[in-house]
This record gives sequence, C-alpha cells and structure tokens, in this order.
Amino acid sequence: MTAAVFFGCAFIAFGPAFSLFIFTIAKDPLRVIILIAGAFFWLVSLLLSSLVWFIATKATNAQDLTLQKNLLIFGSIFSVILQEVFRFGYYRLLRKANEGLAAISEEDGPPLSVREMAYVAGLGFGIMSGAFSMINTLSDSLGPGTVGMFGDSQYYFITSALMTLALTMLHTFWGVVFFEGCERKRWWVIAVVLCVHLMVFSLSLLNPFYVGSILPVYAIMLLMAVWAFFSSGGSLHNITLLWTCRKSNAETSS
Amino acid sequence: MCSNMVRCLGDGNTSLQKLATSIVFFFCLSDVSCNSVEQKIYVELNNTVPCVRLLNATHQIGCQSSISGDTGVIHVLESEEDLEWPLSKGPNPPYMVLLESSLFTRSIMMKMKNESNRVAGVAVVVPNTSPPEFSPHTTCPNENTGVYSDNYGPNLAHCNTTVWNPRGNGLSYEEFDFPVFSLKEDNETEFIKQCYLDHNRAVNGSAPQYPLCAMQLFSHMHAVTNTPTCMRRNDINFSINPEMVCDPLGDYNVWGSIRPYNDTVFGHKENESVVIAAARLDSRAFFWEVSTGAEGSVSGFVTLLAAAQALREVTHEAPPTRNILFAFFQGETFDYIGSSRMVYDMENGKFVIDLDNIHSVLEIGQVRTCVKNLVNNLQSSTAGLGFLLVEPNVSQPLPPSSLQRFLRAQPIPGIVLADHESAFNNRYYESFYDNAANLNLTYPSDLSPEEQLEFVTHTAESLTDVATVVARALYKQAGGDESRVNTIKADPKIVTQMLYGFLVSSNNSWFQAVMAPELKNILSDPPEYYVGVAMSSTPTRLVQYLLANLTGAATNLTQSQCQKPDELPNESRQMYSYLWVQGIVPPNSTERDSFCVRASVRLTKAVSPAFELGEYASKDYSTWTESRWKFIKARIFLVASRDLEVKLQSSSRIHICLINYSCVA
Repeated sequence: MTAAVFFGCAFIAFGPAFSLFIFTIAKDPLRVIILIAGAFFWLVSLLLSSLVWFIATKATNAQDLTLQKNLLIFGSIFSVILQEVFRFGYYRLLRKANEGLAAISEEDGPPLSVREMAYVAGLGFGIMSGAFSMINTLSDSLGPGTVGMFGDSQYYFITSALMTLALTMLHTFWGVVFFEGCERKRWWVIAVVLCVHLMVFSLSLLNPFYVGSILPVYAIMLLMAVWAFFSSGGSLHNITLLWTCRKSNAETSS
Repeated sequence: MCSNMVRCLGDGNTSLQKLATSIVFFFCLSDVSCNSVEQKIYVELNNTVPCVRLLNATHQIGCQSSISGDTGVIHVLESEEDLEWPLSKGPNPPYMVLLESSLFTRSIMMKMKNESNRVAGVAVVVPNTSPPEFSPHTTCPNENTGVYSDNYGPNLAHCNTTVWNPRGNGLSYEEFDFPVFSLKEDNETEFIKQCYLDHNRAVNGSAPQYPLCAMQLFSHMHAVTNTPTCMRRNDINFSINPEMVCDPLGDYNVWGSIRPYNDTVFGHKENESVVIAAARLDSRAFFWEVSTGAEGSVSGFVTLLAAAQALREVTHEAPPTRNILFAFFQGETFDYIGSSRMVYDMENGKFVIDLDNIHSVLEIGQVRTCVKNLVNNLQSSTAGLGFLLVEPNVSQPLPPSSLQRFLRAQPIPGIVLADHESAFNNRYYESFYDNAANLNLTYPSDLSPEEQLEFVTHTAESLTDVATVVARALYKQAGGDESRVNTIKADPKIVTQMLYGFLVSSNNSWFQAVMAPELKNILSDPPEYYVGVAMSSTPTRLVQYLLANLTGAATNLTQSQCQKPDELPNESRQMYSYLWVQGIVPPNSTERDSFCVRASVRLTKAVSPAFELGEYASKDYSTWTESRWKFIKARIFLVASRDLEVKLQSSSRIHICLINYSCVA
C-alpha cells in the first residue's frame, strides 16, 4: 500500500524479536553466534524440505489444483517435522560445543547455560522463520496497491504480520521447552512440541478465516509462553519480584 | 521463484488462500501453483499505447507523467456533464478518467487540462469502428514551413484563404502534464470497467467506500521545454555514459530513377533535366506509433509505386528525353523533414542533381477516388508558380505538400494531385482511424489471407486509374514518344497487393518475396507510418525493396556476387544498388528462389538540416525531436483508505511500546 503499511507491518512482525535481540543478545558475542547458527539450521531444514516439495510439484501435473494443494500440505508437514529434527540436531551440537567452550573459557564452567542456549537457539529459529514468511509480503506492501482485487481480504498485510510475530515467539518458546525436555530426558516433550507445531500449521490453513486462525494461534502462544516460563525455572515468586522491580538471577526468558 | 516456494512452505501461512484465488488465473502463468503477493495486488495492462512528448524549437507537446507514475481512482466518464465528478465534486481526487472515444474531444480534454491537479491521467478506449470524423491534427498543417509566409503570398499563408483541415481539433499539438493512454476494446478494458462498477460507484449520492479501484500510468519523459534545451542537455558529458534526453525525428528518403545516376558524383549535371515525381511516406496519430495514414499517405505512395512500375517497360524501349526521378519523402508530417533535407542537399551540392536540373515536379497527395476532372488538366497545365487551377475563376494555394519546400528554394513548375478541391476530404487526417476502412478497402468475408491479397478491390481499381494517368503524364512531361503514351497502363493486381500489404497485413507472400532475408521479421500486421527516431522504419524499407523490384531488373548474380558486384565487369555499385531478395517459394519446394535485384534505387538520409547545421531554434527547417523515456507501463489495483493505514501505524507503535517495556523491566 504505502510506506505506512510497510513500516507498520514490519514493526509488528519484527519489533519484539528485534528488541529481544537488542536487549538480551547483542551484548554477548557468543549469544550472537548461537543465534545466527540457529537461524542457519532452520534455513537448511527449510531448504531440504522445499527440495522435496519442488521435486514433487515438478514431477506432477501442474494444472491439477487439488493435487498441488495436497502436495503443499504434505510438503509443509514434512517441513515441520524436519524443522523439529534440526532443532534436535542443533541441541546435540550445542551440547557437544558446550564442553569445548567450557575448556577454553576463562571462568570455571561453561560460559552459557543450556537454558540460555535454548532461548537463543529458539529465537534464531524464530527470526529466520519470520524473515522468510514476511519479507516477500513486505516488499510488495510498499507499492501503491493493496490486496483485494481477486477477492482476498484487505487485511492481508496486517494478518500476515501478526501471524509472523506469533510464529517467531512460538519458535522461541518451543526452543526453550524442547531443550529443557532433552536435558531432562523427557522425550514426550519433543512429541508435544511437534504436535503443537503441526496444530499451528493446520490452523494457518484456515486463512482467510482470520478469526479461526489468528486467535487460536495467539492462545497457543500464550500457553507456550507460560509453559516455557515455568520450564526454565520461573515461578510465581519471580513474577511478584518483577512487579516490585527487584532483579532475580533465575530469570532468563521473557 | 525460490523465495516464493520457500514462502509457501515456511509456515503454510496463506498457502491455501493463494491457491483458492489462483483459480481465477487472470493474468498470471498457471505454471506454479504458488502466486506471489504482487500478482494478488496488481493487474498489468498489456495492450496500451501511450502519448509521448515531442519538442520543437519553441514548444513541447504531448503528455508527461511523474517519474514514479501517476495514480488515480478510476472514473468512467459518461458524458461531458459527468466531468463535474472528477473535476470538482468527487471526494477522492486525483482521478484517472476513462473515456469512450466519442468523449475524446477538445472541450473535455481542455477542461481536464485546466484542472490537472485533480486529474491523474486519462485513458481513452479506442473502438473498432470509427466515429463519423476525428482529426487531432491542427487545422493548418505545416503552416510555418511551407512556401507561403508573411513575405510571400501573405493572403494565402496561415490558411487565410483555405482551411485545409477544418475538422482538426489540434489535440496532437497540445501539452498535457498528465499521461494519456489508449486502450483497446478487449477483455482488459472490460475488466477495468467491471472493477470500476464493483468498487467505485457512488451509492445513492454518498461517497464510494474504500477500497477503491485505481490505475497507475507510467510514461515519464526525459526531455523538457523545447529542442534547443534538450539538445543542449544531450551534450552534457559529466559521466562515462551520458544520458541522452531526446532524439531528432528522421529516417531515410527513398529515391529511384529511370536512368541511373552515379552515386558518388554530386552537384549540378550539365544538360540534365529531370522530372521529379514525389509522394510522402509518413503520417502520425495522437498516440505513439499507431498511425496508419491510409488516405493521408499510403494511397499517395502506392499510386506512385504503381506508376513507376507502369513506366518500366516503355522507358526501356523508348527512353524519354528527360530523366524521371521518383522520390518518397519521410517525415513530411513534421514540417517537411524529408523534402527540406533533399532540397538542402541539392542546394549544397550533396545530391546527384541540383535544383537547376529540375524540370518540373509532380506530387501525389491524398488520393482516394477517381480524380479524372483534376487530372484532365494535367496535360495542358504547364503550371505557373505553384497555383493549382481547379476552376479557372478560383485561385487557390497549394495544399501542404513537399512541392512547397522546392518552391521555397526556387521557382519550379509543379503540380499536386489530390482528391480535394479545397478542404481535405479525409475525415481522419493524421489520426488512428485513417485505416483501411477509411479507404473502403473491403474484402468478401470468406477469403483466406492469400486470396485477399490477390482480390482486386474497387479502391485498387480507382488508384490504378490514377496511377495510369500519372505515369502517362510523367512520360509526356519527360518528353517521351507521344505514340506510346496510350500503351502505358498500371497493373491493378500490383496495386491491390500493395494496398493489402500496406493497410491490412504486411506479412504476406508477396512482401516476403520482395524483401531481403534479414528483414523478413519486421513484417507484421499493418505497418505503422510514424517516422520515429530509430532510422529503421518498416515502410521505408518496404518501399525501397518494392521500388527496386518494380523498376529494377533481376540478375543472375549469386549472393556473394550481389554483395560485391564491382568485381564483375558490367556491374557497378556506383550506378546501381544490388539487393538480395528472398523470392517466391516454388510450388513443390520449401526453399525460396532468392535472387539479386539490380535497381537504381537509393536511400538518402532524411534528418532535418537544422540538426546538421546545429541551428536547433531554426525557423526555416523542422526542429522536431522526440523525448526519451525509461519505461512505459500501466497497471490497475485497489487502494486502501488512509484511515486503515493510520490505524495500522498506531497499533504497531503501541505494540512495540508494550513489548519493549516488558523486556526492559
């Protein structure tokens, strides 16, 4: 539409992730490295899953719309599974790296706790996922026109931005919960994260029925936020401390 | 492509929605099931023709858009009173006004020009049938560069005696600071009108609700003010790639003669007397490159080509005393570019003959029907200083014609042949409606294109009669044998084939046969006759090759000999031009029978002398230039209201504040 829509949607989609980056990650170079590596892992998972989808679409009849739609759904499910696999792979990599980092650091013990790495890795996944979701739409929102000529809703841009924001945050929370689950050897946590991810994906298929897709996704995000908070060691006591502006060492996630 | 795929896969965000809408498949390729967001928003319009900017010594004419395109809410104009809505009453300016061709009049365009801050642009829908009359040219074409001026025949200058083009509304010579595009009557235009009906109609007098259907036109022209300014800016050499902003209009003149001239010997030739037969090649329209010029120019030069062919045999057997030179001038619409250049070359010894060698000039202007009355006078009129005596009691100025430029230099006897006594009979002079239908060129509906090529129409028969008379008159003027005059006859088959090729489709078997192999791809549906700046106009090439085939001789030379004829004893490139043409396809073969044509047909540059001399503000010569541009396109889309945009911005700001507070605290 115009610059107003462009900046509005960009801030909605990336504002929180960006401020999280500035306030919690940017000062520590090790966190930055883990963030970027996490983003890279997500990217590789997407590349591999998109290869599968691309081959499938090229091998079949492009005119058959139902088939193409089903292929897209299949491809997306495959991508979700692959993302979680890569998250697990990243966890294993970070655990191995932690020992090496502990050896070379000046302090006693590893420089980053697993919980910190979980948060940073999750945020890395989330930022890259958000970028790939939103950048294409954002660039088209700069022009003078808006969506709607062919019957789409005119709230396309803002709902895309809201969805991207939810997904970024969800990836962060999933990262925290997932790594904690792997740490404690609670394998059911991995299965739950995978199922929630698939549920979010299937809710997004309800677009443009935005009431049915955005509201449940945000509800899930809040639930995940609560779970991540408690699984990373937070408690109600910490929340009361927050409101009385006293710092607590245990607080690591937002 | 990759990012589109990835987008769709990443979170399955709106993949389903995109698939649902891609069923509409209006203007996108159905190869990939994943449409990009751009295809949801914009619909590109592909069959549009812009109006471009032209400049001369003192003015700029034509249309201009801003550099990032002009966007306006579409309004389909229903009548002249409906203009109130875009110009004053409508609540969502600026408007993009869509006009039917019946409303494309001077009064409506002038009103919009005066309120141009509320008008973003104009789109004109051009129908397939022509209106009763329409001429966007001025009433007095080329009034400042003819032979009549305040010093010479002031009562005849500036159309004081005869207004040549009374129907002219002068729109082509107005300056508009918004873009004006033309659309055809096809599915795209229907889509635009449907979009307007769906979104932009006011319900019960209240303002229409957002989102509204809008159109954006890009036609940003680089040149401004006038020719001296843009030529000066062409010369600025600050960077390695200097940006040119305008180019002079021009192309090539085609000339051919009965007896060949040595192309390297210029200037006056002793004891040489030449009869010049002239016609013009070009025409123009309001929009860029859609001029068809059927009655305005095609009829004239087709007649001259037929006359040249008719004279071929008799001039070989009984050559006349004087030489006959057939000249086809380009750029005559724009203040006589071609003829002024030829006269300039003759005056300065840069042409094979000079003005003193000219015995008389016969020009073919607009001819349509049988002009027996006028033509009977041809034999007897030796012609004075350019007055064409139609009826003995009326003395009349010459119509706008190349002859005027010859007379401006030197008094030469001359005649202009035309189908109008005073004002033009052509109802569509220099407009995009001057097409085959204007000449009543109709074919029975059950003929294939090849059969249409051969079918002799009434128009062709009339023009053949004119060509016959012209050929006979030329032969007599050139001092040929009187007894042979009646054997000269133009061939109606050739005339009808030429009319078909120049006005209906130039990609036919005959034109393919006479053209060179490397030029066969420039043939398409009717060629257009705007002179342009690229020096590669299709009609010029076609006329060159046709004249060569019709007046020249086929030789036995091979292709390599045709390119280097000087190695052979009897051939000389200085006297003739050698053209390798495709030839016809024999019945039982797929290979063309190509051969080498030897003809005394040449091209000479037709760029105004003003550009050779550097006198860009010249009053004597044509100074027309065409502006350059980067790209020209048009598209439609929906625009949202400003309220929604503001809401988005404010909500995003609140959002960020909340998040940041929670992070920092």
